[in-house]
Parts: sequence; C-alpha cells; structure tokens
Amino acid sequence: MIWQQEECLTRDEMQALQSKRLINTVSRVYHNVPFYKNKMDDMGLEIGDIKSIEDITKLPFTTKQDLRDNYPYKLFAVPMKEVARVHASSGTTGKPTVVGYTKNDLDMWADCIARFYAAMGATNEDVVQNALGYGFFTGGLGFHYGAEKFGATIVPISTGNTKKQIQVMQEFGTTILVCTPSYAIYLGESMKALGIDPRSIGIKAAPLGGEPWTYEMRGQIEDLWGMRAHDSYGLSEIIGPGVAFECQAQNHLHINEDHFVPEIIGRDTLKSLPYGSEGELVFTCITKEAMPLLRYRTRDISSLVDAPCSCGRTTIRMTKCAGRTDDMLIIRGVNVFPSQIESVLLNLGETAPHYVLIVDRVNNLDTLEVWVEGKEDITFVDGMRYMKEIEKKITDEIRSVLGIQVKVKLVENKTIERSEGKAKRVIDRRNK
Amino acid sequence: MIIEQLSVFIENKSGRLYEVMQILGDANINVSALSIADTSDYGIVRLIVSNPKEALKLLKKQDFSVQATPVICCKVPNTPGGLKRMLAYLTNDSISIEYMYAFSVGDDASIVLRTEDCNKAIECLSKHKMELMKASDIYQI
Repeated sequence: MIWQQEECLTRDEMQALQSKRLINTVSRVYHNVPFYKNKMDDMGLEIGDIKSIEDITKLPFTTKQDLRDNYPYKLFAVPMKEVARVHASSGTTGKPTVVGYTKNDLDMWADCIARFYAAMGATNEDVVQNALGYGFFTGGLGFHYGAEKFGATIVPISTGNTKKQIQVMQEFGTTILVCTPSYAIYLGESMKALGIDPRSIGIKAAPLGGEPWTYEMRGQIEDLWGMRAHDSYGLSEIIGPGVAFECQAQNHLHINEDHFVPEIIGRDTLKSLPYGSEGELVFTCITKEAMPLLRYRTRDISSLVDAPCSCGRTTIRMTKCAGRTDDMLIIRGVNVFPSQIESVLLNLGETAPHYVLIVDRVNNLDTLEVWVEGKEDITFVDGMRYMKEIEKKITDEIRSVLGIQVKVKLVENKTIERSEGKAKRVIDRRNK
Repeated sequence: MIIEQLSVFIENKSGRLYEVMQILGDANINVSALSIADTSDYGIVRLIVSNPKEALKLLKKQDFSVQATPVICCKVPNTPGGLKRMLAYLTNDSISIEYMYAFSVGDDASIVLRTEDCNKAIECLSKHKMELMKASDIYQI
C-alpha cells in the first residue's frame, strides 16, 4: 500500500515539484532567518539565482554548530506563536540543539511516518507498541502521531520496564513494535529467558532505528521474532524519524525527497557527488515552515540509489549508513560526543584530563565505561568511600548532562595512552 | 605515636602489587604491616614501612598514586576481649574508626587504626593506659 501519491512520481514530476518548493523555501528563509540572509549575502547569492532544483548546490551548508550558535530559536523562520512544538537533543556542555514545528510541519511529519507504516504492510487494524522515548526525543512522538494519522492503534508505552513491555505485548495484541534495534534483541532475549517465545506474540513488523545496526543484526532480530525488521532513518534537525524508510523489499531506504532533498557530498571536497558515490549525507528541507534547514550536513556516510524499486515507489533511496564523519557515538540510541564527557570531567575537576571511553555490548545492550586517571594529589584519597564518591559524582553528572548511565573507573597515573596527534579517546569493542 | 602509613592506589592488574614490593625491596625498605582494601577494579594498599619518607619518594617517582596517612598502632593483649576494651574506650569518647587492620603473635596483638582525629585517639587511649607504639619502634631511618 502506498500512502501518498508523491511517493510514485516520475523523476521529471519530482524535480518540478522540488524546484517549486526549493525556490519558495529559499525566499522564505532569506527574508525570515538572518543567519541565512547573512550567509547568502556574504556569498553574493541572490534568491533569483535559485531557479531550479539543480541550483541547490549553490546554497550554503548548515552544520550542527550553526544550530548550537543559534540556540535556541534563531533559525526559526516563523514567529513563536506559530511554533506548535519544539524538540531538543542533548548538546555539548548541557546545551541542547532545538528544533521547531508549526502545525503544518507536524501534519507533514505524521504523513511521512504514515508512509512508513504503509510501506511495512500495516493496516488500520494493527496495534503499534511504541517503545521509543516520549519527550524531547523525536522518536517517540514521531511514531506516535504517525500511527494516529495512519489509523492504526497506538500503545504509547515509551521506553523501559521490560517486564511491562512483555505483559502489554501479550495482552494488548501488539502487531507492530517500534524501538531501537538493540532493544529489539534485548526484549526478545528477555522473553526467551522467561520461557516466552517472541514468535508466539505474532508481531509482523518493526521499524527500527536510532542507532547503527548491521544486516547480521537484522537477520538475528527477524529470526528471533518471526517478523520483518525495517530500517528507519531520521534526525531531529531535519524532522525526526520519517526522513527515510525501508519498504517490504528491504532494499535500501526510500527518502521522502518531496520534503527532504538529499545530496551526497565528498568528505573532503564538499562537492555534490553523482548517484552511487559514497560520501556525507546532506538534506535540504523544502516544505518545513518553522525551521527549514538548507543543505544540512548530517555527518552520516551513505550513497544514493536511483534504480526503480519493486514496491512501486520511485523516491530516491539511500544505502544503510556506513558510519560517521565525526567522532559521535550512539549508545543505546543516545548521541554522545567524547567531547561532552571531556567537558564533564574538566568541569568537575576531580580527575586528570586523561580519559578513554570503552564502548561495548553486554547482553545485547550498549555499555559505556569511562576510564579516567586521577589528578595528582587530588583525586586519590586514602579511603574507598571517597574514591567511590568521586566515581559516583562523575556518573551522576554524565547522566544529568547526557542522559546515559555510564560506569566510571579510576585508573592509575600514566596508564592512558598519550599521543602526539589526536588522542585516541574511544575504544569501540562492539561488532561492526 | 603517630605513624605515617603509606596508601598506594593500584589497579586490579596482575603484577602491580609485586612492582610496589619490588621498589621497596630494592631500596632495602622493610614492610612491617600491610593490608589491601579492594573493589573489583582497584585496591588501596596500606603499608607501614621502615622508611616512609623514602618509600613515598620512590613510589611517586615510579608514577604510583601514593599518600601518607597518619595512623596509630595500639597493642592489646592476645586474649579474648582484648580488642573489645580498646573499642569501648574509643566509642565512649565518640571517636570513629575509618579502618583498621590487626595481627596477633605471641602475647600481643598489634592494631593499626585510622581514626578521623589521631591526636584525640592518642589522648583517649593513653588516658586508659593502652600501649601505643612509637614511630621509632617501627622506623629504621
């Protein structure tokens, strides 16, 4: 089932639509967002220079730093009274990056997700158990309103409480499960440990995303649950989940390019590359009202596929993300930059600035250990209680700033590798 | 009566304790008492040695995290109830004990005590005629 006709346009029709929308958006941001006006003026770029979708490469890029610099609302293209909702994601030094939505944006977002439910073979008879976090995180509310728009029954259980997830699943007749890939494994394995066969629940499909996952992991999940596991791609800066999704062909992700125009740029050249080339994924929002971003650099590595798909959709597809161009980690679905941990350590001042992050996967869940050296004569105190207090202080502060639970381990002086160039801050032991 | 105990932070890795002992042994420093407080990741090795100043210097030079902590060493008779008396005196004077370790040989038991206030503890135990070891009994400088 196809949710909206825009998913099946000819290339010409799509490009004509994109051109119209891009011209409209560029004009709106030029007149309403000083950040973009200044950028374009500096480049000598005029609104009239954008005549079609091909001219997209003339536009300036936008980065995460730009969002931080314009915190909280300076990138909005509408007055606050038209902003129906804001979402936020954790940023460095505790400042989140903020995104905004008008009523129309929220409606469009719900349609993007509805397209996904349709693509995975859902109907309005389905019961969707949403185990993504409700709150600032776009995952929870994104799939929630998408389900309502689509007409399926939404069960807004949010994250955690595995026992309850299992109970609800059995008693409420869940047929679609929304969560992160690692949680899908964790939940399935937890059920097996309780003597319940996940396959017995009858879940037919699960949109999974929020963290990198391999095809091997997909195979594992599908085996475990007897369902189809669909790759989901999104980022709050663009809209949230619903930027791209896998149909039942499970052959790369269809991009909602009538709303988010994709490009692949060379990692060093920053030049737009032809279809098939691998590089950094960039998106331009051409229909968003509140906060349309131009050529937003996602730092995700992918490539674009323009061959037809057996499902009938003609939208451009992206290949599964092959990694990041920066050092961002995703721990249990939460974005973590090593620099954020470093900030916490430096601000607390109880330890030396020499640390390393050990990322691992235990019992199918990501773990993060922070190994940090003591500060000479300050950290090390003759009493287990005090050492434990320092560890707890760091753990608590990291949880407060980043929203993840880590283990802190104090290590001896000079045991953490010093290097001349960029210090190796992360050791990722998870299988790639 | 105040004895400088060394506390060394070592990771729970094979060979770390050995290295500490080697440094002291090579410098002809004798260890009179030792205890290790442990967690799964690391431990604090507490040592009473014959030359604490020198030991501190040598360990620091090898990048060990080491501190000198003032403790007292009390002798009690090696009979049932020997320790009880000492603890009663300290409790009565509201002196809290952070940690202690002990060993008995022959007629006596030696108890190394870390309290929050060394001088207060010394005053209390001396008042009750308990035998406190002198630093000079242990150090051989």
